[in-house]
Amino acid sequence: MAQRNTLSELDVMPANASRGVEPPSSSHSKWKAGKRHAAIRSGGEDLIVIAPTGKDAVGDNPRPQTITLAVENMSCGGCMRKVERALLEVSQVVSARANLSARRATVVFVDGQSNAAPLIEALDAAGFRAAELAPETTDNGQKAGRELLGRLATAGFAAANIMLLSVSVWSGSSDPGDPVHTLFHWLSAIIALPAVAYAGQPFFSSAWQALKNRRVNMDVPISLAILLSAFMSLYQTARGSEQVYFDACVTLLFFLLIGRYLDQRVRTRARGAAENLLGLKAQWADVIAADGSLERLPARLIEPGMRIAVSAGERFPADGLIRSGATAVDESLITGETMPRAVGVDDAVYAGAINLGMPVVVEATAAETDTLLSQIARLMETAEQARGRYVRLADRGARFYAPLVHTLAAGSFAGWMISGAGWEASLTIAIAVLIITCPCALALAVPAVQVAASARLFDEGVLLKTADGLERLAETDIAVFDKTGTLTAGIPSLANGSAIDGQILRSAATLAASSRHPYAQAVVAAAKERFGKIQTIAGVEEVAGAGLKFACGNGEERLGSSAWCGIDPERAGQASLWYVRPGLEPVPFQFEDRLREDAAETVAALRCDGYGVQLLSGDRIEAVMAAAKAAGILDWFPAMKPHEKIAHLEALKSQGHRVFMAGDGLNDAPALAAAHASASPSTAADVSQTASDAVFQGAKLWPVVELLRTARQSRTMSFQNFAIAFGYNVLFVPLAMAGLVTPLVAAIAMSTSSIFVTVNALRLRTMVLRPTS
Amino acid sequence: MTALAWLIPIVLFLGGLGLAAFLWSLKSGQFEDLDGAAYRILTDDEPK
Repeated sequence: MAQRNTLSELDVMPANASRGVEPPSSSHSKWKAGKRHAAIRSGGEDLIVIAPTGKDAVGDNPRPQTITLAVENMSCGGCMRKVERALLEVSQVVSARANLSARRATVVFVDGQSNAAPLIEALDAAGFRAAELAPETTDNGQKAGRELLGRLATAGFAAANIMLLSVSVWSGSSDPGDPVHTLFHWLSAIIALPAVAYAGQPFFSSAWQALKNRRVNMDVPISLAILLSAFMSLYQTARGSEQVYFDACVTLLFFLLIGRYLDQRVRTRARGAAENLLGLKAQWADVIAADGSLERLPARLIEPGMRIAVSAGERFPADGLIRSGATAVDESLITGETMPRAVGVDDAVYAGAINLGMPVVVEATAAETDTLLSQIARLMETAEQARGRYVRLADRGARFYAPLVHTLAAGSFAGWMISGAGWEASLTIAIAVLIITCPCALALAVPAVQVAASARLFDEGVLLKTADGLERLAETDIAVFDKTGTLTAGIPSLANGSAIDGQILRSAATLAASSRHPYAQAVVAAAKERFGKIQTIAGVEEVAGAGLKFACGNGEERLGSSAWCGIDPERAGQASLWYVRPGLEPVPFQFEDRLREDAAETVAALRCDGYGVQLLSGDRIEAVMAAAKAAGILDWFPAMKPHEKIAHLEALKSQGHRVFMAGDGLNDAPALAAAHASASPSTAADVSQTASDAVFQGAKLWPVVELLRTARQSRTMSFQNFAIAFGYNVLFVPLAMAGLVTPLVAAIAMSTSSIFVTVNALRLRTMVLRPTS
Repeated sequence: MTALAWLIPIVLFLGGLGLAAFLWSLKSGQFEDLDGAAYRILTDDEPK
């Protein structure tokens, strides 16, 4: 990603500018981060995220300000120290603390002087790649995790102490009226009641929310069992009876909180990693100040009316109008179309498009209702609504489970009343039924599997972002891919190599070998493939943003952009790179985006797993046909606009299919949101990453197969866990209804079933997944 | 049996002390970076 890219670097850029420069034809990557998020979330009303910059903050906010940085390659204790030292040497910095687990560093500045740019430069000098994180992403659920851990500890403390008291009671004298029994029960109550009140809150509030919306989720029977058993036990303690369930009640809470905490932690970790990725590829913009000087700002701080210099090979950091210069832009990330579009003064350009030709100056425009971005935001909003209605597996279980449990409990109460056992004894039995059926194992059944699956996927480089993503992924039966950047690698390769005369290719490659520009490298790679070795020559001069030249015997050889090579403007659109030499017709070099190396293998594996595979692309028919053929995809649809992609997915849905969508471009984002489940590569536009359930890293497409197989396997294992929990209920509920369950039996049964379920789920971490079906 | 009247409060107090210490350390952010903490113990020049 941090490819140095001299051909396209403007002379005016600061030394570390290569970070913001991107291979011209890689159809994804650098993207402005926070601004686009904000635009999507606020429905396009307000585009500007107000974040601390050096200037804005003076006067407005006198407190010390913090900046959180994502530091990519900080991976050991030594690195951590280096990062902290480098940050502390920056002026105005009060303190700097690196977090090795999160790969982040938090920097505190003196009053209102926060400025991320010198920090990033300092870290760059120390050898670390860093990026500022948008303020809204820096908390990343850590607070919720801390809170859950505190509750977990409290429940654990209470459970251990009460269990010890209970052991004494059970092993002591069997005389019910023994004052020591009563004392121990009261002690248990004193420990249990505050613990339940504090540690049970996540369940109570979730259950209350569900009930308020007239729904039933898993937390309803859980809360009911916990509260009823606590109050019943309190009542029985006051009566001096034996039927005291404080131990079971608090142990239950403890186990449930473990499941909840693990679930939360895995998701926080995945989300934090995904945010770091987004932050690291956030774009910077060279803003032209009033006095003509250039200032480097994060793209999310661009305001309408700012004038931005965009050099060749860079992405446009914001939607805008061209104010000076003329160039060609690659809009493949936005439209999927790989042919460049020529633009001149007053033409609109979109954020994310790549400037292929000459440096231009762009004036940023406000997002109006008719911009591309807001159209896409609208499409995404409507598409996401359907997904919001998805009911999770555990909650679907609760829908039939909760009424069943409550009927059983009510039934046993009524049964014992009728048979004349008296209301107290009947109520005790009814509560024993509730405690036994309380879905401890059931509530762990899905989270335990999800934790194992997320950990497994994390190791494979797949970040699972949504809580219900795995469940939806497991239900899909048709896989739809985008072409550019998803099926393809996003690295250019020479398309018309065979049409170019061998001698010319060899001399062009000799020139190109001295450049690290992706197009030049593609020429070298093509030449190497044909001739084996390519020699380099001294004296090749590289002109940033234009091309290469070499003085040969009878004039000058040039390899570069059409303007640099003096190509007739009418022909300039034919190719991205030209080779000219005195006495020779200019030779065009065209580039294409080649398939990821394992694309065909991945498609075959998916088909073997029983998936239908389709290709939807915004690109031209020839390009799509070629890619589909190479990847072995039979159903392919070229030149699809974003709303057509959604319509296509809707059509598939109405045929009864559940669609999995993989895509990376801005134009795919609505489709990613509309699909039943979706994934995007880590190089995708951040809107797309936000819309998708999972993000996969690396150059390969295989993680998609791994993701879908893991999802299916975790669904199988969730059902296994349900079966275990259910089997245990079948065994113990009759006992409870018969009034044979003592607090001791309840406590033992509760723990063992939870442990079984968790152990079963842990198998997923190391399991070898074979083709399903 | 009178020993219980002493022992149980002591047990609960000591256990509660442990719990309070854990909750405090949690609140003060000591569980935020478990990987980093393992290395920090090896360095003695703590940054200001």
